[in-house]
Amino acid sequence: MADETVVSPEVIPAAESPIRQLWASFSENRGAVFGLIVLCIVTLLAIFADFLAPHGPLEQFRDAVRAPPVWEAGGSWRFILGTDGLGRDMLSRLMFGARVSLFIGIMVMGVSFVIGVLLGLVAAFSSPLVDTIISRCMDLIMAVPGLVLAILIVAVLGPSLTNTVVAVTVVFLPRYVRLVRASAMAELSKDYVIAAKVIGVKKLRLMFSTVLPNCLAPLIVQSALGVSEAILEAAALGFLGLGAQPPVPEWGAMLADAREFIRSDPWIVTLPGLAILITVVSINLMGDGLRDALDPKMRRS
Amino acid sequence: MLIHFLKRLALTIPTFFALMFITFVAIRLVPGDPVEVRVGERGISPERLAQFRHELGLDQPVWKQFFDYVWGILHGDFGKSLVTNEKVVTEFFTLFPATVELSFAAMLFATCIGIPAGAIAAVKRGSRYDQTLMGLSVAGFSMPIFWWGLLLIMLVAERLHLTPVSGRIDLIKYYFEPVTGFMLIDSLLSDQKGAFKDALHHLILPMIVLGTVPLAVVARMTRSSMLEVLSEDYVRTARAKGLSPARVIGLHALRNALIPVVTVIGLSVGSLMAGAVLTETIFSWPGVGKWLIEAIGRRDYPALQGGVMLVSAIVILVNLGVDVLYGVINPRIRHG
Repeated sequence: MADETVVSPEVIPAAESPIRQLWASFSENRGAVFGLIVLCIVTLLAIFADFLAPHGPLEQFRDAVRAPPVWEAGGSWRFILGTDGLGRDMLSRLMFGARVSLFIGIMVMGVSFVIGVLLGLVAAFSSPLVDTIISRCMDLIMAVPGLVLAILIVAVLGPSLTNTVVAVTVVFLPRYVRLVRASAMAELSKDYVIAAKVIGVKKLRLMFSTVLPNCLAPLIVQSALGVSEAILEAAALGFLGLGAQPPVPEWGAMLADAREFIRSDPWIVTLPGLAILITVVSINLMGDGLRDALDPKMRRS
Repeated sequence: MLIHFLKRLALTIPTFFALMFITFVAIRLVPGDPVEVRVGERGISPERLAQFRHELGLDQPVWKQFFDYVWGILHGDFGKSLVTNEKVVTEFFTLFPATVELSFAAMLFATCIGIPAGAIAAVKRGSRYDQTLMGLSVAGFSMPIFWWGLLLIMLVAERLHLTPVSGRIDLIKYYFEPVTGFMLIDSLLSDQKGAFKDALHHLILPMIVLGTVPLAVVARMTRSSMLEVLSEDYVRTARAKGLSPARVIGLHALRNALIPVVTVIGLSVGSLMAGAVLTETIFSWPGVGKWLIEAIGRRDYPALQGGVMLVSAIVILVNLGVDVLYGVINPRIRHG
């Protein structure tokens, strides 16, 4: 009976799972862990805004217009972060705003990821002509300054939340396409791909299950950083009045409303921007950590 | 070298045509009739309407309109603004110096602080200073600059009264005809006492706001490029020769570390233009960025169309120039 434990396969220490390895090197980076924690908090606030927010994001308290936050003279616990020019609770609007911003960031990232992978792989696997057409189109998009292109698209489609997502996606798409194309091209010349081709693996299978998994590491990093860039870009559009339209509690649009209160009520100006900054910084810190963990070669020393 | 440059220049031609096509199609997709914008809500007689349509060329078939549009651009004609009836090119280049002045100041701010800060961080790698600087650079990189601008206006201009809130110069105190379009130069040429100082004061906040993201990028780039160079053999050799640390770092390391940094600076023209749109809007800085946003508000589509075209053309040409110059500085990548 005693020798059973020795031969039992469970006892042989299994090779560490890739996820655990990833976490091990990710958690070495204190900034990245900090970013992840903050991001989790923001995400939870966004998801449970319905339960956590003390008031509705659109509810106007006519008796408490521009009430100061609790730590300032005249502030009360009823409106912890004060109210805005229309008497809406800042804290609640910021929480629901997190929902809007994260939604935009994730939507943009998801759509550009999918389209980017498809176009990038097609460019890498198809004839030179198709490759040239796709690459030139991406060059063209990149030739126009990002925000200017987004402004043009929104001017054409009309300002709204959906069109913000469309505009920002178009602006960021080339990065994904180029990244997938370049890493797929690099993989294509490697032995394992040639071997797979020789065995007669079909093209689609070759694209998605042989080559794609090996291109994922830089793509994941780009996606993480892409979320933060998309949030910034969408907030800029909102600030210019070309993004989410009032009364949607989008952080950028909240700042556009707030300009007139610069002199009198600083919290209305300060808080939405702080929310953007905190969210974007935490995503960037996390993205840097992911980069270091996934690909030591890309490490920024 | 010249042939290489001309080849690269020729490659941008299709891009320009595609750009013309896209701006043309985009503006035609806009809901609403451009003639209605011009005549306003009240409406006019059908004859006048037909006349307007004819003047704008809208009674022509679409392919003819596109052909005319391309023909016009090739002759430097980007159409007329619907609001001011002024040529778009004229309006653009009247305002463009303001944007160039702002962008140039911002880049100067970013490099003058970013390069030394990044270099010191690399030399003192791992120190408290290095950690603080890298933390700040993440914040700078993530900064929503429209908020940063409002915050600075609130603190520096409104609370401390250190700088003016908006504009390029105090128009009540100083007035002079623009000569170069660059306020700093014009104010010096005008010989009015205090005009230059006032223009400089107006420039400070917009410069900081537009320069913040490039500053973070430059500091980061300089640091990592410097770290790489510091481990090279020739730096070790220079140290072994007994050269003073200042000489090794300043002369041998920094000079080589700056090559990639200079490229990044050159290639950031596009993001500077995007940032200028926001910065100019916040500070009522009368440049092309603010003008573009106002064109949307006024539904002045020829202005928007021409503006996007011109901005993109400038960015493409500057990027091309930087690419070629980089080849001159660093021959190793010339034909890469």
